[in-house]
Amino acid sequence: MNSGSKLTRFFKRFYLALILIFLYIPIIVLIIQSFNAGKSRAKWEGFSLHWYGELFRSASIMNSLEVTLLVAVLAMIVSTVLGTLAAIGIYSMKKRPQSLMMTLTNLPNTMPDIVTGISLMLLFIFTRVDRGFWTMLLAHITFDTPYVILSVMPKLKQMNKHTYEAALDLGATPSYALWHVLIPECKQGIITGAMLAFTLSLDDFTISYFTTSPLVQNLSTLIYSAARRGIEPTLNALSALMFVALLALLLVVNKRTSEN
Amino acid sequence: MRYDMQLPWWAWLLMGTALVLFILMVVISVRRNHGVKRSLFASPYTLWMLLFTIVPVILIGYYAFTGTDGTFTLDNFRNFWDSNFDMKKLVGEEYASTIPRGTVNVDTLTYSLWMAFLCTALSLLLGYPAALFMADRNMKLGSSLVVLFIIPMWMNFLLRTIAWMSLLEDNGLINSLLRSIGLEGVQLMYNSGAVLLGMVYNFLPFMVFPIYTSLSKQDINLSEAAADLGCSPMQALMKVTIPLSLPGVISGITMVFMPSVTTFFIPRVLGGGNTMMFGDLIESKFLTEGNWNVGSALSLIMMVLILISLSILRKADPNGEGGGIV
Amino acid sequence: MKRFAALLLVVLLFPVIALADGVVNVFNWEDYIDESVLKMFEEETGIHVNYMCFTTNEDMMVQVEANPGAFDVVFPSDYMVERMLNKGLLEEINYDHIPNAQYIMENLRNPDYDPNGVHSIPYMWGTVGILYNTTMVDDPVDSWEILWNTKYANNVFMLDSIRDSMGITLCSLGYSMNERDYPALRAATDKLVLQKTSGMVKAYQVDETKDKMVAGEAALALMWSGDAQYAIDLNSDLAFAVPKEGSNVWIDPMVIIKGCRNLENAEKFVDFLCRPDIAVLNCEEIRYSSPNSAAIELMGEEYTENPVLSPSEETITRCEFFHDIDETIMPIYTTLWNEVKNAK
Repeated sequence: MNSGSKLTRFFKRFYLALILIFLYIPIIVLIIQSFNAGKSRAKWEGFSLHWYGELFRSASIMNSLEVTLLVAVLAMIVSTVLGTLAAIGIYSMKKRPQSLMMTLTNLPNTMPDIVTGISLMLLFIFTRVDRGFWTMLLAHITFDTPYVILSVMPKLKQMNKHTYEAALDLGATPSYALWHVLIPECKQGIITGAMLAFTLSLDDFTISYFTTSPLVQNLSTLIYSAARRGIEPTLNALSALMFVALLALLLVVNKRTSEN
Repeated sequence: MRYDMQLPWWAWLLMGTALVLFILMVVISVRRNHGVKRSLFASPYTLWMLLFTIVPVILIGYYAFTGTDGTFTLDNFRNFWDSNFDMKKLVGEEYASTIPRGTVNVDTLTYSLWMAFLCTALSLLLGYPAALFMADRNMKLGSSLVVLFIIPMWMNFLLRTIAWMSLLEDNGLINSLLRSIGLEGVQLMYNSGAVLLGMVYNFLPFMVFPIYTSLSKQDINLSEAAADLGCSPMQALMKVTIPLSLPGVISGITMVFMPSVTTFFIPRVLGGGNTMMFGDLIESKFLTEGNWNVGSALSLIMMVLILISLSILRKADPNGEGGGIV
Repeated sequence: MKRFAALLLVVLLFPVIALADGVVNVFNWEDYIDESVLKMFEEETGIHVNYMCFTTNEDMMVQVEANPGAFDVVFPSDYMVERMLNKGLLEEINYDHIPNAQYIMENLRNPDYDPNGVHSIPYMWGTVGILYNTTMVDDPVDSWEILWNTKYANNVFMLDSIRDSMGITLCSLGYSMNERDYPALRAATDKLVLQKTSGMVKAYQVDETKDKMVAGEAALALMWSGDAQYAIDLNSDLAFAVPKEGSNVWIDPMVIIKGCRNLENAEKFVDFLCRPDIAVLNCEEIRYSSPNSAAIELMGEEYTENPVLSPSEETITRCEFFHDIDETIMPIYTTLWNEVKNAK
């Protein structure tokens, strides 16, 4: 493509800027509103940090934050272990079972969230398991694990098939070869998978909504009920803080990768 | 307590057995020096998927094909086709004949499909140029721009959707702005347009990323070769770049279409509950009416529809090269 | 090392479970209590309150049936108490353990939905009416018909709550709000469909409405009296009227679920809410009418002179209680309501 002319270049930048503005406008609005002294969404009633104070005093928000993080961390750990093992297992299977397993792994991705959530809800009700923290965790592990497999698999496929066998020939025990050859080879994939699992579970609403009771709320389900109730400026404060935290995290990551 | 686990005894038994088996398996596979069956590593996952993916789907099927008394019936599907079906049985014979076929469920489905189609088309229209310009090497934009596109996705989507409400309300920011410059306010919310906006806003990044990935993987020499062979930039775009990015487009369409059909929060917040989408309908069947049988039938229908559309899309991209964010 | 760090994180994140004298699981409407009351209860008794919320009676019922044992104290509306009674979900109230129940008004102690109050104690009561913005409405608001007046097209918020919206429409047509016959329900549905297709309705919502009315988003809204008073407190342009055709008067009692895990704590919680000073706190926060005579005395004229909080005898006689529409009729209501919401 010859994008030499300054005009087309300007146009392209302008277009991208517009799209970015579209994506960021609500977030900017949220952040501005979080400093509004009043409760109204539209009227500016002076600058205040009132809602930030409220945020940390609100037991329900703090509880839900705890549940969200706990579920995300636990689901990440379990699904990473489960998924990595499964990826190694599936990789060493014969062709038939392998493709069967991959279809099974892709199945949750093709199922709409609402169906996944409802089907798990039915399972818990059918088996008379009280819904709550643990059922939510189970659900999160269930939808996280396929993503871990899907990010580890490509790394395994890229690996030289004979490295592992060479290690065995050189006298390594299978467990040594596993820990020192296989796992390091797909380390990058495992990390990506874990990160993906963490973010997916942090952001999930639909599946959590159906698999928990009103007693155990994560941030998403809490926001959902708050949104039905009316204006809740503390949530604006929360999202502003989340945004700043994310930005800081990204800057750190970016800096570290550029240093490497 | 919040973290109490109240499980039936057999669940503990099951979990205990699974754990013991798993530990045994690991111990054995480490101990045995030769011929370790690594394929066994997948068994915990297989078991997990059976329990928490396959069994639940079977349960949906079970509820969809049974009545409240647990016997086999197709009534739930008749209820989808004729939303007045249950009502006709309850009002008594004298009135039943006066009730026409209820089209609520079918209408909601077609409306959802139409909205999802519009959302996908709009996302493609807005997203393709964005991805194209981002991938343009002459622009020297680099990865920082990609990061800028990712950040909003990490913010809770419910919060972002609610923020749109403050912008679109009659006394919201946009209308206040319009009035302050002396224009008439317009009603932006409580209609399908607002719902569509909310959907495009939420799903646009899912369109941009796969297209961007497949575009940036393209060999730059290809379009240069096209130029050397006398193609205008426009021709090169139409004949080389776009066809080669098709896998990305397909994957983008899949990733936008699927969640759009099943949205159930956006219509309520931005549409003021004036329009119901299929997701809303399913949710209300389960959580407001407590009618699991019809709810399951509706879920099953949606699942089948999505599987069909996916397989059509797969035909267009048989190698599955599109790749998503993963 | 990293793995240990992760493990440590998990352990740290687990809260220190407070060694309190047990818990009580409370399932109440959204925005239906002064939250400081919960803290006061915890401080006075050492019982931890697990506080959960629902939006409509129907949602509540599905949750209670799907999660047996999850709730101790629930706040259903009158007609739902009837259904829960029929399903055998309610524990009998032991009045010896709830001495503060003596403050409940005499005339509310023997409600239709629960004879002699064997299974329930009133928490709040109120009416349904029209909340309107006096700067936007210049006609007198004394009839439901104003919700069909095309002068206010696209300026009406309806309640996304089946019984309320169907009920007032039945009432405006001269039927009982507890109608079970198809022709009456059909007529009401047609009227609601007409309301929608003629572009009257701006949105169907529940708890969002009060904040939106305060912000002036619509001229008229179908509203419960307490939410209306809450909005009037924040915007003096708003006013509330119970139409002349009649309306719904309701009681939201507290009930204890049969076989609940924390019976004693549940009784203590119910007793606490009946204490006059606590009833005052709740009444002043959520702005519904109190069934607690001692609390009303404490609030004085500010309460008794307010027509929204304390409607006249004449208004109340115009109104009608909801009765349970059992499961053989409810699907008719939901089917018809879906038809309304999907009308184009």
